[in-house]
Amino acid sequence: MNKSQENIKVREPLVRTVKRAERSNLDIIKLRIIAFILALVAGGLFILLIGFNPFELYLTIVSGAFRSKMAIQATVKFMIPLLMASLGITLAFKMKFWNIGAEGQIIMGAVFSSYFALFYSDLPHIVLIIIMFISGFIGGGLWGLIPAYFKSKFNTNETLLTLMLNYIALHVISFLRDGPWKDPGSSGFPKIARFEANAQLDKILGVQFGWIVGLILVVVVFIYMVYTKHGYEISVVGESQATSRYAGMNVKKIILRTMILSGGICGITGVIQSAGSDMTLAASVAGGVGFTAIIVAWLANLNPFGILMVSFLFSVLEKGSSVMQSTYGLSTYSASVLQGIILFFILGCEFFIRYKFVLRHKGGNK
Amino acid sequence: MSNLIETKYAIELKGVSKIFGSVVANDNINLNIKYGEILALLGENGSGKTTLMNMLSGIYYPDAGTISIAGDEVSISSPTDAINYGIGMIHQHFKLVEVLNAMDNIVLGTKEKYLKPKILKDKILNISSKFGLEIEPEKKIYNMSVSEKQTVEILKVLYRGAQILILDEPTAVLTPQETEKLFAILRKMKEQGSAIIIITHKLHEVLSVSDRVAILRKGKLIDTVKTEDSNEKQLTELMVGRPVSLKINRPEVESKKTILNVVDLSVMNEDGSLGLKNINFKLKRGEILGVAGIAGSGQKELCESIAGLIKIKSGAVLCNKENIIGKTPDEIINLGISMSFVPEDRLGMGLVGSMGMVENMMLKSYRKSKGFFIDKKPSRKLAEYLKNKLQIVTPNVDMPVRMMSGGNVQKVLLGREIDSNPNVLITAYPVRGLDINSSYVIYDLLNEQKLKGVAVLFIGEDLDVLLELSDRIMVLCNGEMKGIVDTKETTKEEIGLMMAGKSFKGVEGDE
Repeated sequence: MNKSQENIKVREPLVRTVKRAERSNLDIIKLRIIAFILALVAGGLFILLIGFNPFELYLTIVSGAFRSKMAIQATVKFMIPLLMASLGITLAFKMKFWNIGAEGQIIMGAVFSSYFALFYSDLPHIVLIIIMFISGFIGGGLWGLIPAYFKSKFNTNETLLTLMLNYIALHVISFLRDGPWKDPGSSGFPKIARFEANAQLDKILGVQFGWIVGLILVVVVFIYMVYTKHGYEISVVGESQATSRYAGMNVKKIILRTMILSGGICGITGVIQSAGSDMTLAASVAGGVGFTAIIVAWLANLNPFGILMVSFLFSVLEKGSSVMQSTYGLSTYSASVLQGIILFFILGCEFFIRYKFVLRHKGGNK
Repeated sequence: MSNLIETKYAIELKGVSKIFGSVVANDNINLNIKYGEILALLGENGSGKTTLMNMLSGIYYPDAGTISIAGDEVSISSPTDAINYGIGMIHQHFKLVEVLNAMDNIVLGTKEKYLKPKILKDKILNISSKFGLEIEPEKKIYNMSVSEKQTVEILKVLYRGAQILILDEPTAVLTPQETEKLFAILRKMKEQGSAIIIITHKLHEVLSVSDRVAILRKGKLIDTVKTEDSNEKQLTELMVGRPVSLKINRPEVESKKTILNVVDLSVMNEDGSLGLKNINFKLKRGEILGVAGIAGSGQKELCESIAGLIKIKSGAVLCNKENIIGKTPDEIINLGISMSFVPEDRLGMGLVGSMGMVENMMLKSYRKSKGFFIDKKPSRKLAEYLKNKLQIVTPNVDMPVRMMSGGNVQKVLLGREIDSNPNVLITAYPVRGLDINSSYVIYDLLNEQKLKGVAVLFIGEDLDVLLELSDRIMVLCNGEMKGIVDTKETTKEEIGLMMAGKSFKGVEGDE
């Protein structure tokens, strides 16, 4: 024993992590801003490395998103599905139900509503649109209900189940495209027909009216979560199921109900994307939005108004980098690298909200 | 060797401080312990005992000050370092692998070559006979009683050659008899030259086992006294900081009518074993029925089955002659029985940690208001009222309750339940983790309810408190009821034996 003691020198470790007291909200915002600036610096280094002027490129991203009316419309178009899907999963996340199946729920919403868009396109326009929204809600809701049912009945892992259902949904589209819903006028090319004008969403200020639905949802979801009994139940279940049972809540019912809503909102996202932007049912209707929404929801701390802001910034980045690509002849991947760097810093700063590093000698020994 | 032991301290702490955010957990602590000595570390919850010991065992690193072991200044930056320095910590919650046997658990994590079972067994038996420990090396952990598991934990650190032993509240899970056995082992280890630090807040144990007592209060070392020159009263005063009366009131209530009748209640655990076996008792208005038993003897199952939180296998719970078994908590609340359950797991079950007092107040009552929206006004009023009445320390009623101290959390929970005017009040470990002052506030609250004619079921762990506070005590052991005794006619020893599984004639049934 004595020997081992001699080998270990009296030395404090160089760096150690220490849990800090809870930071104030202002501090947290400051920290995030610093992280964002650092991200821009690091991204700038990357741009320098590939031989461009970082300031010019950053400027292109911002101006690219806003340079013309069309550019702004395109930015908003990116934003609509992201905003809505994030709001949808927020309900589930607040309950600590890890719904990573927004992708599948978006697709099923689009599939259900497309049935009416394709085969009942002669209905009166308003009736048709309302039916499409309702069927989209049901489609997404059902896709959310399946994992919720198994979770509440057999305590299955919702992360796995929602993820798997994404793939099933994706292949449902492929099946419809190659089989029953194949466009007869496409001369053998597997695709689903373009929706008739009657089944397309109207435009307001040059963009499909989905953006209004999105803005309304921000307010509705906020009120639902903060001021209603349902919202209160969701928070309690999320905190502890034991507490909710103790309080006499029907936990199963709450899980099922919330997942129908969560999936349903994602389903409406699918309606808006297919009938408002794609004008057909394409396999890319969700296109990864369901996953990006997870990041958006977390960055916004599950706050609907925060989600509005974060999804806006995401869309600017998305649209701006596509302009940057075409202007400077960059590859798609370099824009993705840039996005990755920014995300890395912002998500990384969450660590510093809860921990700090203590260096040797600083407030340490002696 | 003996010369060395006399001249050098096993551990010497100089000016050790540890700060968590804005909380000073340990403030400039100077403490030492010799080989061949048992030091008791006494202090209320939150006084910094565990933090101090965690710095010795390498879990935390001090922000200031030095630690010397056997005369040399050292730096303990990980539990491995601590083991290398011969420090072994026995935690309150055992850290054992249930499916392995005792031997495997003992050698687990050591870097040496795996010995043949036979040799290993001899080696372990050798160590255990040296210190007077009893162990079956091949017994699986899941087949062991709590005290056997503790023995394995002790052997684990002895096997690693620990000369310095730290025990964090080792007696919390033991019966009085098992505690005595543990103390005998500790004394034997002391004779062999080990230095032992025992963390506890039970005064009589401090007095019976330790040589010296170090008292911590609010992170500061108040005093170190020789046990033989001290007494219970002096230690309490040092611990609390002012004179305290240690007597708990037990008001008498006439006319006791049975309100809750539990008949042949059995509960199945998830693993298929019986958590409760044919429990029979009657709970009367205006009495406090204490429940004694070592941890995990079925107390949790008892509370939760009465509250409707878990399914029962057979039996009935009659409340005013109506069977409430099979009803959901929500239905039980609606029946107008108004039963309140204060669970042991306060932030995990009774309260929502991330919410403030206001939102916690409406946890059970939010459904009563009409409409789709919640009405926070009544809860806010109640929260303000309780804050003043029970002197709950919190900057405002919207601060998350998890940021409050344990005593205040308990006041919030108990306050909410009492406010619902219950007929039956079930409380599980209501004073666990509370300082002496808060504990007495809680005892007073319970007595107040008893005088109002409420039937109180009090699940406790400190036998002294149970004996003073309750009118009758039910003793549980392994899910079986070993009897109900009148506190005026029983002794601590008798209850201890019942906790260990012995039934007495004449005390088996209720009535």
